[in-house]
Amino acid sequence: MFEIFKEPFMQSALAAGIMIGILTGFYGVFVVQRSLSFLGNGLAYAAFSGIALALLLGQEPIWVSLPFTILVALGIIWLQDRTKLSADTAIGIFFAVSMALGVVFISMAHTYSVDSFNYLFGSILTVNNTDLIVTAVLLLASVLMWPLWGRWAYSTFDRELALADRVPVKRYDYILSILIAVTVVVATKIVGVVLIASFLVIPAATARLVSKSFTSMTVISILLGVITTFAGLMISYWVDMPSGAMMILAQAILFFIAMLFQRK
Amino acid sequence: MPEPILDIENLTIEFSNYPVFKDLTLSLDVGEFLAVIGPNGAGKSCLVKAILGLLSPSSGSIRIGGKAPQNVPFDWIGYVPQVKSLDRTFPGLTQELVVTGLQKSWPWRIDKIQAFKAKAALERVGAGHLMNRSISQLSGGELQRIFLARCLVRQPRLILLDEPATGIDITLVSDMYQLLEEIRNDINASIVMVTHDMAAATYHADKVLLISPMGVHFGNAQDSLTEAHLRQAFGHRGHAHLMPTGSAHV
Repeated sequence: MFEIFKEPFMQSALAAGIMIGILTGFYGVFVVQRSLSFLGNGLAYAAFSGIALALLLGQEPIWVSLPFTILVALGIIWLQDRTKLSADTAIGIFFAVSMALGVVFISMAHTYSVDSFNYLFGSILTVNNTDLIVTAVLLLASVLMWPLWGRWAYSTFDRELALADRVPVKRYDYILSILIAVTVVVATKIVGVVLIASFLVIPAATARLVSKSFTSMTVISILLGVITTFAGLMISYWVDMPSGAMMILAQAILFFIAMLFQRK
Repeated sequence: MPEPILDIENLTIEFSNYPVFKDLTLSLDVGEFLAVIGPNGAGKSCLVKAILGLLSPSSGSIRIGGKAPQNVPFDWIGYVPQVKSLDRTFPGLTQELVVTGLQKSWPWRIDKIQAFKAKAALERVGAGHLMNRSISQLSGGELQRIFLARCLVRQPRLILLDEPATGIDITLVSDMYQLLEEIRNDINASIVMVTHDMAAATYHADKVLLISPMGVHFGNAQDSLTEAHLRQAFGHRGHAHLMPTGSAHV
């Protein structure tokens, strides 16, 4: 079974997959506890729109998709601040606009190729060195941001309590949004636009079911992210199915097992 | 003459250009207990937010120990929010919540010194046995105690409570006031408590602020909670059985 690790494309996919498992598992705990499950969808379609624009312009997708998605992530928070609309309404607006722009860009590009299918549902064949480097840089940045875990956790538990303690909650929210946006973009190739939101939800939700503390929820969510990404890639290779779908099915199986053993 | 712990002068707070209250002036000395009473929508929570520095006044000033709210060190104020507004789905342990009183973040792990302090504070409020309990399993009364322990561990100069009796079984409320008095004596803290409980205001508080769209009255309970003031604030002489003239008890 180990011959698959000799394939260069599989090595890249595994390296990227494991890093993405760590990142989505880590940021997923905040997405789940802040009830922002819809955020993954909103950002994924922004990433898709960015990719479509890159295809239209003939550019490397990640360099267009990255700034585009970050802008949308910042726009969602900005809109909430300016209008007092709820998070899901702000996300809903950007979600629809992103998708509409994506469709316009694709129509203009006239390239309804296999590329689009890969981006929608994920493929293990498409990870290149640029993707690996960007993902590694994001992972490094996330490790450096580690001291913010406690601040994010505190304002996740109670925003007003954190504000009363002079925590600059708004600034930290912007940082968290940018990091989640970049996570979504780097995960697009392997997981696919359609399925990426569940990466930010299912491992963290599974971890929530079996955790008594936020620390253990974070550790278990990261482990589940890594394990299910690895398992999904293997299955994807063996049965020749889109990788994102295989990973999410692996996550779903573990979620239902966790439900049987959950702490009340 | 020591500096008052809370000094508010001509404070006006507006919401969308509509004044919530106008020209509020009060002063609270170290160790004093202020009860804030008033009908819903009178701006009691706005006042709490302004003291916490979360809301900027339209005019006037707030000084806490001589400092503007934004410049007050975080551990000067022990804020006890309404327990009903807390996220009970958050996976946290009781002692972790208490440790947030010592630092401005949720603890990844708790070291020995923090655990010792948290345990002592929890035992002080009679909740030592709840140390490793998940906060989602606590009743409203238990959670209120945990917040008092969080306050105690911080050793604040000013304890700020927003309707602490809301969401708590009535039989536990008097225990809570008793505990609050003890904590006040333990650490010589001053207290500002927003409440609907006029009996508690009368019995426990040194000063009372009656706040309503019709005006504000500040002074000791007898002076603030007169029949005329209550009629003006609430539109009737409600809660007459709790008037300060009798032997009001909680």
